[in-house]
This record gives sequence, C-alpha cells and structure tokens, in this order.
Amino acid sequence: MKVSMFHLMPHRELPDDFEDRYHSVWIDPPWSELADPARVGQYYNWTLDELEYAAEMGMDGVCINEHHQNAYGFMPSPNLMASALARRTTDAAIVVMGATLPASNPPQRIAEEYGMVDVISGGRLVAGMPLGSSMDINYCYGIPPLEQRERYREAHDLIIQAWTRDDVFSFNGKYTQLRYVNTWPKPLQKPHPPVWVPGTGSKSTWDFTAENDYCYCFLSYFGNLFAKKNVDRFWERVSELGRDDNPYRLGFLQLVVVGETDARAEEEYFQHIKYFYDKCLHVAPYFFVAPGHVDHASLVKATRMGGYAKSDLMEQRADWKFQDYVDHQFVIGGGPDSVAQQLEAAVRNLRVGNLMVLLHIGSMPHELTKKNITLFAEEVLPKIRPIWDDEGYENHWWPTGARQASPVAAAVP
Amino acid sequence: MTTTEKRILHTMNGRVESSVEIGGDGPPVVFLHGAGGPGWDGFLDDLAQRFTVYAPSLPGTEGDPDAVRELRGLWELVLHYYEVFDELGLSSPALIGHSFGGMVAAEVAATNPGRASRLVLISSIGLWRQEEPVRDWMGMGEEELARLVFHDPDGPVAAEFARMPEEEIARQDEQIRRSWALACSGAFVWPIPDKGLSRRIHRIAAPTLIVWGQDDGLVPPIYAVDFASMIEDSSVMMLDRAAHVPQLERRDVVSQAVVNFLSR
Repeated sequence: MKVSMFHLMPHRELPDDFEDRYHSVWIDPPWSELADPARVGQYYNWTLDELEYAAEMGMDGVCINEHHQNAYGFMPSPNLMASALARRTTDAAIVVMGATLPASNPPQRIAEEYGMVDVISGGRLVAGMPLGSSMDINYCYGIPPLEQRERYREAHDLIIQAWTRDDVFSFNGKYTQLRYVNTWPKPLQKPHPPVWVPGTGSKSTWDFTAENDYCYCFLSYFGNLFAKKNVDRFWERVSELGRDDNPYRLGFLQLVVVGETDARAEEEYFQHIKYFYDKCLHVAPYFFVAPGHVDHASLVKATRMGGYAKSDLMEQRADWKFQDYVDHQFVIGGGPDSVAQQLEAAVRNLRVGNLMVLLHIGSMPHELTKKNITLFAEEVLPKIRPIWDDEGYENHWWPTGARQASPVAAAVP
Repeated sequence: MTTTEKRILHTMNGRVESSVEIGGDGPPVVFLHGAGGPGWDGFLDDLAQRFTVYAPSLPGTEGDPDAVRELRGLWELVLHYYEVFDELGLSSPALIGHSFGGMVAAEVAATNPGRASRLVLISSIGLWRQEEPVRDWMGMGEEELARLVFHDPDGPVAAEFARMPEEEIARQDEQIRRSWALACSGAFVWPIPDKGLSRRIHRIAAPTLIVWGQDDGLVPPIYAVDFASMIEDSSVMMLDRAAHVPQLERRDVVSQAVVNFLSR
C-alpha cells in the first residue's frame, strides 16, 4: 500500500465562539476580523515543514488541495505548495488533489503547471483532477453550476491532449478556444502523470474514472464506516465497467491521530478533533450544493435518499467524546497498535491501495503534529504498508519518479 | 380556475423541447415565469378572463431536464422565444415577465422591438447597482429568503409558496422541480444577474408598465426607477404592502392595472 500525508492548511486559531458568531467557515468569513497575514504566513510555513517532515520520515507521498475563501483550508493555488515541496523532498510523491479544472482559465494553465511540477520533481507528480466543490467553483469563482461538469470534461480533454499530442493543435471547445496548443513543458512521466480523481460518491465520477482507468479517491471527513456503502457501490460499478479489483484504483482519506497510548491520544488530540468538526466544518447549509451543481439524475437520487453525501451523525455529534469519534471511525485514533489494527481493518474493508491520512487536524499545533507524524511513520506505517504486497497487484497510479518499493522492503536483499 | 391546456414545443432546429400552458380567451399575452419555475396562479386566472394567456416554461424546467443545456447563453434563449412565438402563431404579443422572466422579457423586447406590442415588468432582475445589489437568492436560507420576498412572511401568499405535497414522493418531486428550476435559470444569470441588459434596453419600443412592491428585499424598489429611466415609454406602479411577488400579494390591484394597461 502507498500511504501519503494529506494537509488542509487550516486556520489553527479561530476564536472559541467562531461557530456562534459567523454563519460559515467558507465563502464569506471576514478575513480582517479572523486572520493576520503574518500569522497566516506562519501557518503556511508550518504546513510545508510538516509535509516535508512527513516525507523525511518515510511517508510515500504528500497531498495538498485547492480551496478558496475557506478558513479550514486555504491553498487557493496548490501548485505553489507543490513547487515548494518538489524542491524540498527527494523521493516522495507530490500528490496535488488538486487544481480544480472548471475554475482554471484557460485549463491549459493546469497542463503547464503540472508539467512544471513534474519536471522539477523528477516525475513525482500525481495529477489530481477535481471537479471542485460548489462552494469553491460556483460561489467563490462564479462558474454557473449547470456548466461545471461540462467544463470539467472539456478541461480534462484539453489537458490530456496537451500532454500527449506531439503536434501543435487547435482546441475548439465550448468554453475554451485555443488556436495554438503547444505545451511547454510537457511532463516527464509518459504518457502523462497518473490521474487521481477525488469524489464524494457521485456515480458519474465513478464512471468517468473507470472509463479512463484513473484512480478514484473517496474524500470525506466522516471516516471509513460512513464510506463503506458508497465504496462498495464504487467497486460494483468498476466491475460492471469491466475493470479489475486492483485496490490501487481506490484512494481514501482518513483522519488519524496516534499517541503513545490510547489515553495519551485522547488527552492530546481531542480538543483539535472537536475544533475541526465544530469550526472547520461549519459551512452554511445553503452554500453546500448550489442548484445545478449536480446533474438532474444525481439531484433525483440525492433527493430520494434524503440529502447529499453527509453523515447523519454530524447532527448528533455535538456531545461526542473522543471515543465516539473513534467508535464511528470519523477519526482513527489511539496507541500505535490500536491505530494500525483499525487502519488495517478499514483498508481491507474498503479495498484501499492509495491511503491518505490527515495527520494535521484543525488547531493541532506544530510540535504535536510532528509527534503525530513521528509515531505514525515509525510505529504504524511499517505495519500497514505490506497489506496488499502478497496479492500481486501493481500500482499503475503511482508516479514513476517517486520511490516505488517501501524503504523497509528495499533494505531487505 | 381557468381551464388550461399544455402544448409541447420544439425549437432551435428541434434540439430544445419545452412546454407552454395556454388558457383564457382574447388577445394574446405571453407570461414568462420567475426563477422558481412555471406554474399557473391566480394572477394568470385574472388575465385569462380577458386574454389568451400563454405561459411557456423555461427549457429544462418541465419535460427534458437537459433541454436548457441546448441553449448557449442569453442570445440563444432570446432566439428560442422568437421561435416559441412563431410556433404559437404570435407575431407581436403583449409580454409580461416576473423577476427572472422580466429580464428575459426585456431582452426579447429589446433585441427585436417588433415582437412585443406591450411589456409588463414585475419585480424584474437584469440591472445592477453596486451600492444596492440584487440579493443572492441562491445563497441564503429559506427563512431569510422569505423575509426578502414577501411583505408578510407569515401571510397566506408566503404559506402558499411554502406549501409542499404531503405524500413523500410527491414532496420529493416538488423539491426536485424547484431546485432544478433554479439551476436552469441560474444558467443565464449566475453569479450576478447583470448580463448587459442596460446596454440594450434603450431599444425597447413597447409601451411598458413596471410593477414593483415597495418592500421588495430581493430587488429593491430603486430598480423600478432604473427600468423606468431606461425605457422611453414607461410608467411605474409602486405598491405598498407588497414585496417581490406583488401580482399575488396585491393581486386585485395589480391584475386590474395590468388588464387596463394591456387593453388600452
């Protein structure tokens, strides 16, 4: 298995009464009341330090993403972070999860920037191709919801052609018209960097990833138990579309905290978990899905099922203790042995080959984050890494320039 | 209640399917609905006493949900409506538009002034004031929206809007219908409902009645003044005890005034 550290780059010091005073963490939280540029500069640098440290400690990859006007994650340009990481890491995958296709104009910019990161890093880029959230794309970046998916498909087609075609060609799209497409630089990886597509359970995204033979990444903050139903249907669909059950087809994000013991984990991490779910996920419900953000078939499906992919447990969560978060698996936490067991069960249950772990959560301070990374890398990672090793699957979705075998395995002749 | 019939229309070389609800008797009046989607209401009943009322649905809001995707922008939406008129045998009908439909009606009347004999704009969007913006009806909670849209958010008109079918599947269908109607209209006005009408509006030649609720919190009444200043032959009817749906909140007065205006 490949295990990468994900970072959201959140505001770490929102006021205690944030969720009472402001209606949403995303779209319109007032910068001038809530943030200080010098302090925010510190957050970015901590974030980069933490990801670099994770790479040093042997994590297989480092993951960043794109959000806008969002206090729980504000890397509006993930490629700026990626280029810094490309310089300061040597063999970890740079997993950009990713630059949002419908909001980049022209999308050729993504082909070029990903090309830059791939050549600078020596072929270590994972090219995430997200549709983008309604909050980011519709509310912050002004794209009409009804156009979002169509723009995504068109941008994807342009980028793949821009990477793989040798000629200088014209692209006559509905949303993008370019007379001369001639990508400088083209990526190092051939035919192009592996593509990972994040999703939250929409069938059209499953079909898209299976048809194109990409890695699908189920990203939610509600953990593996919540994901189970969706992920099972993903695998059914993959099989229907004639693809194999290679676990590396699936990426999955899980929040993880590791202490010396279960008790220490609870003591040190609980407040940061609570901060994350109380404040970071405090999104005004009417910003969640703009009308038209999902197509009509998905609207019908979601309405019949009583809403969009969001755990019902979020409603009951207010009084949860640390153990409740662990019992419901929103967070996998505890001492190293317990975390390794929980993760192994989750990974096997969902059939995950490319695991992403969120090791910095909410208000977690820098030193505690490094501790979480250290304990995870030294005591959990070696236990879970070999999970799929005996089954003979190949990870076709891992960048060719990144470390292929695990360092532990490599050390054994 | 008026007896109405529905007709399916095919426009834009057969690519766009939409429907029109027709009722009443008399000279033709075309009514373009707001962002919330089509529906035959008491105001149309009143008009149908004296006119033949044609209420077309915005493509996508009834029948084929993806019909809206066959229209590339406002320009093609305007052309679509000329073809709707052609299908219905209307050369220059009176045109009424509410809110989103008001903007579309104004565009139709400005692009080819020969195709609208009279124009009624009710609480219309389409213009923009930086200091007093049209509020974002797709970015707020239902309660806040109700406060902006209705003079009396607890009154009977608001209750009628909020009323949902009791049966589960029918209620879901209604939720889907409303959400998708917003999606379809959003295709033409997201994220700011100013698509350049102010640059074309001077072309409107039809005598125009501008109807507004004094308490409109969504499109503030100053916009009525703006429309009036930009359309040469126009007058404003400003109503107290009404907000964004004056034709229902002050139905008697508005119906009477519109009938009189169209009969002149």
